[in-house]
Amino acid sequence: MGFALVLIILVVGSVLFHFLSPWTMTPLASNWGSIDITLAITLIITGVVFIAINFFIAYAVIKFRHQPDRKADYQPENKKLEWWLTLGTSLGIIAMLAPGLIVYADFVNVPEEAYELEIVGQQWSWGFRFPGEDGRFGKSDIRHIAVDNPFGINPLDEAGQDDRLISSNQILLPVDRPVKMLMRSKDVLHDFYIPHFRVKMDMVPGHVSQMWLTPTRTGDFEILCAEFCGVGHFNMRGYLKVVEQQEFDSWLANQTTFSQSLDKEKSLPLSVQAKEGQQLAQSKGCLACHGFTDSQVGPGWQNLYGATRTMADGEQVKVDDSYLSQSILQPSARVVQGYAPIMPKLELSELEVQSIIAYIRERGTDKPAQQGGGKTGQDLAQGKGCLACHSIDGTPGVGPTWQGLYGKEVQLASGETVQADREYLKESIFQPNARVVAGFQPVMPPMPVSEAEAGAIIDYIQSLPKPEGERHE
Amino acid sequence: MNEHDQHQPGSFFTRYIWSQDHKVIAIQYSITAIFVGLIALGLSALMRLQLGFPGTFDFIDASSYYQYVTMHGMIMVIYLLTALFLGGFGNYLIPLMVGARDMVFPYVNMLSYWVYLLAVIVLLASFFVPGGPTGAGWTLYPPQAILQGTPGADWGIVLMLISLAIFIVAATMGGLNYVTTVLQARARGMTMMRMPLTVWGIFMATILALLAFPALFVSAIMMLFDKLAGTSFFMPAILSMGQPLDHEGGSPILFQHLFWFFGHPEVYIVALPAFGIVSDLISTHARKNIFGYRMMVWAIVIIGVLSFVVWAHHMYVSGMNPYFGYFFATTTLIIAVPTAIKVYNWVLTLWRGNIHLTLPMLFALAFVATFTVGGLTGLFLGNVVVDLPLSDTYFVVAHFHMVMGVSPILVIFGGIYHWYPKITGRMLNERLGQWHFWGTFLGTYAIYFPMHYLGVLGVPRRYYAFENYDFIPESAQALNVFITVAAILVALIQLLFIFNLVWSLFRGREAGSNPWQATTLEWQTETTPPGHGNWGRELPVCYRWAYDYSVPGYEQDFLPQNMPGTHSAGEPAGVRV
Repeated sequence: MGFALVLIILVVGSVLFHFLSPWTMTPLASNWGSIDITLAITLIITGVVFIAINFFIAYAVIKFRHQPDRKADYQPENKKLEWWLTLGTSLGIIAMLAPGLIVYADFVNVPEEAYELEIVGQQWSWGFRFPGEDGRFGKSDIRHIAVDNPFGINPLDEAGQDDRLISSNQILLPVDRPVKMLMRSKDVLHDFYIPHFRVKMDMVPGHVSQMWLTPTRTGDFEILCAEFCGVGHFNMRGYLKVVEQQEFDSWLANQTTFSQSLDKEKSLPLSVQAKEGQQLAQSKGCLACHGFTDSQVGPGWQNLYGATRTMADGEQVKVDDSYLSQSILQPSARVVQGYAPIMPKLELSELEVQSIIAYIRERGTDKPAQQGGGKTGQDLAQGKGCLACHSIDGTPGVGPTWQGLYGKEVQLASGETVQADREYLKESIFQPNARVVAGFQPVMPPMPVSEAEAGAIIDYIQSLPKPEGERHE
Repeated sequence: MNEHDQHQPGSFFTRYIWSQDHKVIAIQYSITAIFVGLIALGLSALMRLQLGFPGTFDFIDASSYYQYVTMHGMIMVIYLLTALFLGGFGNYLIPLMVGARDMVFPYVNMLSYWVYLLAVIVLLASFFVPGGPTGAGWTLYPPQAILQGTPGADWGIVLMLISLAIFIVAATMGGLNYVTTVLQARARGMTMMRMPLTVWGIFMATILALLAFPALFVSAIMMLFDKLAGTSFFMPAILSMGQPLDHEGGSPILFQHLFWFFGHPEVYIVALPAFGIVSDLISTHARKNIFGYRMMVWAIVIIGVLSFVVWAHHMYVSGMNPYFGYFFATTTLIIAVPTAIKVYNWVLTLWRGNIHLTLPMLFALAFVATFTVGGLTGLFLGNVVVDLPLSDTYFVVAHFHMVMGVSPILVIFGGIYHWYPKITGRMLNERLGQWHFWGTFLGTYAIYFPMHYLGVLGVPRRYYAFENYDFIPESAQALNVFITVAAILVALIQLLFIFNLVWSLFRGREAGSNPWQATTLEWQTETTPPGHGNWGRELPVCYRWAYDYSVPGYEQDFLPQNMPGTHSAGEPAGVRV
């Protein structure tokens, strides 16, 4: 008796819960209303069966509960009843499966007029690529991926040069136009998922998967990863903004093309440390949320270093090494006003943090035009091989270290002393063996550099930090 | 020395430790399985603490959360459910129910347990290695299972794969025994179509296990090679943490096909024994023959066969060829028909019965109610296009916990309350059992029924935290708190059950040999608990099917299978052989 009553209460309660609970599907924002209909059909059919079976049990338990004088019927089979039940069940199955397969056919067959968008997943961020004016994607391969080519586009493929790249977690799509999404992953499985759009699909390394949909209303939507991809899975966020065609067009026109990005990266005047930082910022996914443009996910890095920002609690903070370092290691400690505390903690060494900060500082700071035809002194020092013999950190080498060299009194092999000023350094570049520092062999070849390039190298030597202990001279 | 004497045990050691008696082995299997099951239960409580009260418990960071998820899932599915149904119930019941003295290969049977124990030890060892156990999710999908960024990617995953391989060796040794015993060692008169459905369920499940586990075995070995030897079975050219790896040409989706070719039959490896046992519980305690016995047998066989052609319904959004969706949606929904028939026949067995609401019966009825929910929600996920919004959400979590978590566990409880008197000679305490029943049945319903709605909302599974997602309303967190509280209560109430098992062993009411007045052979043994060798000098002879309850014309309402006499008038023609 008690059991039967509880069962009835359970069924009634479940039905009430269904209608009263605040947890329903997110408002639809794509063409896949037909999926909602198939779901509703399934819900109705299964709901009826759920109620019928439980009520039947409850009724039987009440009606046929044990009584001392009762003896059960003996009825091993009832062929007719069994066949009717089989038939009825089969009809119910068909009623669910048929509409399901019809809608699925729509999902499998991509409309001709759909434009293409590539979505690239990595732990734990997103990237997006549009094919550019020629309508064709450049071929891509995981082997082409490099600091200046995060999508791994074949640099020799003509079709790829005009591809528009969005290396951030935010993307705009035009409303009411079907989009065919081609998906791939650089590392592990991911899944592109926006609840309001209903459809989702895994992204598999070594493989291109696809799905299509038409956004049907403008607005902001969250992108989630729906396939477990490691410890950062729950925080692999993205943002999709559905806008009118016009707004989309002008936005897309402002996105960097592949060839532009190659040029831009090549011309970047970055120190070795900052380059290290750039690599890290890419592989750890920092750039997905930050980048050097404005972003709603995390503060942009352009002109961030040295600026003053307001924190969530109203405090004004100057963005310096210590603030950045804290923000990288303990992201939620001091969050800039207007941003959610969603950044995951990163496992980074002190050195790696310093590199990323160097990158933020150098890449994000607007610099005056460089001397030396666009090449920096550091690039030259590396490219011309200076650094093979001259260290920048005080380590002894084949030649004198550059650390603290500029302006220092040095003793020459000839016995006299000289101040290592601009003039002396310039002479040493063009006529290396004229005045050699005491203790070093006259082995340096004359450098084939222009006047301006020599100037840039000297600027670089001058810019190097002085060794500890000499700072306060 | 006659056949009976061969089964007499020697010392304490050979009797209880290195025992070849299927009943002792069954108990060894069961205790080990319940022990690891309790660990997995504890892990689920930790997971729920994080979800209900995020950030409150410092020691649960993202890594350990994913480790709990993974170990909970794997332990429950493989090391508890599979081991308990086949190694526990299968071992205990098959020889007794078919009227045999033991399994046909007792020594292999003993080895099977010790190898299983080794698998458990290797598995648990992964909690103590550097980096801890794997946190790859119980499906262990590569590439992430063996790459940095996933907890336990160095040691944990290796131990997990080795443990699975060892487990499969154990399951194979046990499985060959169960199948051969059913086919070769049945008592005189015990035709296949007279066997209790419990034996049918375990028999078919074992066949599935023998055919499905090899797929898991090879995928575990292949992944071990990928991890340790640098092969590329499942590894395409990829980056890991931004650095290119040496792999090339492998397919992550290949692993998923292999895994689910095992994984879906695995659902039925757990479900079919439950189906069989629950049929016998309902029939016995309603004092009525199971309705449509032949249909029930064929349903078990058909479900077993079909279970091998539905696997890719776990992969609708995996990126596999989308045209597969048509085939697998169709086969998956077809399998619903024999499954539905089983449900109808259980409830029709109640019709015009004489229903005793004993503890085994309560658990059996709770199973039918829970399994109905879990089965019906499977129709959402199996219908490919309806799966698109729901896959990888909490709807899936709720579904599979209802259908292959809670449902089989309810049957296990029902089975233990039912057979404990035979195993120990004593009844389990009724009052404790009532508390245990209501807490478990209502508690699990309170956990999983509302959880479906989180999935409908779109809340993804395998998330350590849900903070700052705009589409998830704050009320969802309130629901998570509710679910966590319910889960903790359900976990605690299991302690009552454990206590009852121990307490009743010494203080339980004496049961007698056949307290439920059941027909099947295990209740007709000379002694209770049955001795080594099960039967006296003579093996039993079977004269009728397993369901002669309330046969017209007899005073008593059950006729044991070994009771001589004419076939009862109502026994279906097909059953008589």
